[in-house]
Amino acid sequence: MAALDELERHYEKAKNDHSFQRRLDELLRTYAGRPTPLFFAQRLTKQLGGAKIYLKREDLLHTGAHKINNCLGQALVVERMGKHRVIAETGAGQHGVATATVCALLGFECVVYMGTEDMRRQELNVFRMRLLGAEVRGVDSGSRTLKDAINEAMRDWVTNVRTTHYLLGSVLGAHPYPAMVRDFHKVTGREARAQILKAEGKLPTSIIACVGGGSNSIGIFHEFINDRKVQLVGVEAGGRGTQLGEHAARFSGGSPGVLQGTYSYVLQNEAGQISATHSVSAGLDYPSVGPEHAWLKDTGRAEYVSASDKEALAACTLLARTEGIIPALESAHAVAEVIKRAPRMKKSDVVIVNISGRGDKDIGILRENLKLD
Amino acid sequence: MPLSFKHKPSLVAYLTCGDPDLATSRDIALASIEAGADVIELGVPFSDPVADGPVIQRASERALRHGTSLQQVLELAKEIRRHSQAGLIIFTYLNPILHMGMARFSAAAQDACVDGALITDLPVEEAQEYLSEMEKRALATVFLAAPTSTDARLKLIAQASTGFVYAVSRTGVTGARQQMPEDAPQLVGRLRRYTDLPVAVGFGISTSAQFKAVGKFADAAVVGSAIVEIIERNPGKEAESVAQFVRSLVVGR
Repeated sequence: MAALDELERHYEKAKNDHSFQRRLDELLRTYAGRPTPLFFAQRLTKQLGGAKIYLKREDLLHTGAHKINNCLGQALVVERMGKHRVIAETGAGQHGVATATVCALLGFECVVYMGTEDMRRQELNVFRMRLLGAEVRGVDSGSRTLKDAINEAMRDWVTNVRTTHYLLGSVLGAHPYPAMVRDFHKVTGREARAQILKAEGKLPTSIIACVGGGSNSIGIFHEFINDRKVQLVGVEAGGRGTQLGEHAARFSGGSPGVLQGTYSYVLQNEAGQISATHSVSAGLDYPSVGPEHAWLKDTGRAEYVSASDKEALAACTLLARTEGIIPALESAHAVAEVIKRAPRMKKSDVVIVNISGRGDKDIGILRENLKLD
Repeated sequence: MPLSFKHKPSLVAYLTCGDPDLATSRDIALASIEAGADVIELGVPFSDPVADGPVIQRASERALRHGTSLQQVLELAKEIRRHSQAGLIIFTYLNPILHMGMARFSAAAQDACVDGALITDLPVEEAQEYLSEMEKRALATVFLAAPTSTDARLKLIAQASTGFVYAVSRTGVTGARQQMPEDAPQLVGRLRRYTDLPVAVGFGISTSAQFKAVGKFADAAVVGSAIVEIIERNPGKEAESVAQFVRSLVVGR
């Protein structure tokens, strides 16, 4: 608790400090590559024959995903706290890479915890983290994926709390993390709102984003929460089936529970034990979901659907061939939803799909699953 | 019934129930009590034991493999109570209780005649329902205090606890250690400013010397991983091995 209180105090001060914000903005601009484009996907729109589809290109950010927004923000807070050691958990490896990146940038010691199953399926990212100077520690307990990496990161944090900051990668965990991480990702939605108004002269009909922990989605949704006519659609991992353990769709298969310091929807069995999950995409493969999403769902402000492994893989191929963009498998879930949804919408409707990351890290999985001529 | 810490120091023994199985857990608990344990913490295995080191993690995984549940641990407690008046505390993470329902849990705990419950990841700030349910059933509450806890939080923790206060000896997770950190006496001293309840020190205690040393400044020592590891290493003779270990800890107190 003391560490959380300390973090909250430093974060609150940083939030109200103009020089902090200016420095963060400068790094987002000159280092990370913001603002990211909002791209009108003309061929995809034509092929689906319905709403106009725009893609928010978070995949063009340095390190290849939205994760860097939060990592830069938290790294600047670490500097203010005077700590020199940073630890993180990672699923697909994108958050691990972004953390290793900012640690190299600011000179912090970096340790990333990753489930050994995830290390196997996202090898490229493991190498990248090590090249960037981070120590990657494999976690062999439990299901050997994201939730187990978080457990190990939390164990390290409570042990080394005086010298170490835990750079959590999504809108999960105890307060202040869900709010702080969301704040660092709000820039996506702020940009998208200005960009769509410029391009279309009106707000979008819908915004679609994939939901693992929930950071990229809350980042693009947040700016539009008070624009009640804008539909907010989160896409979870439908995996390979509807049985517990075959997917990571918390909102259809889960119930309220406490995991790793957060009270939210959790996939669990009848004894209150947390369930294993499955998704072809490591970044969505997590049994709980950010509490702000739980609130958006419960208040009816956002709708949550799912896409199966198969649908995500097909969406990957379709986007690659109609727009020349290979999305991360996580983002492909959002693309899978627009493929279903756009044809049912009017030609004057506008949909923004958040492309949260690029698919280079998934080449191995794509190769395993796709039979290409 | 009130938890009694007659000895100085008293021994609070933890075991992960269901490892290797519930019947053996019952035997281990009863043998420990006979050998000198004053209170038994009946650990409920959890899928994500974030506060535990590898020894208790492994024990939890083994116990969960054959479906050990909170329900079963409550039944085990009732069974142990039939044979002993020693202190019994249900020791669990929050989610299994949340899923069962706090009211249902405390009714079952009262029915099992346990003395109280400690919920590892329930901070005092979020504990309203737990506090009122436990009070309703005359069950003791126990909270964890850490070396990094501020004085203000220690006061809250002390006020919310009714059975004893568990002072975690160091920043870290469960697991036996060679040396006891210097944090522990200071934390206990700070706690005593806010409570007259017994203070038990835990995490890392595995030898008679450490046990006796704790007795100099605290009322009880909690021994967990050391016991769980003995269980792991002595298949087929868990109860005798633990009893022997307990006797060696308490000798001469």
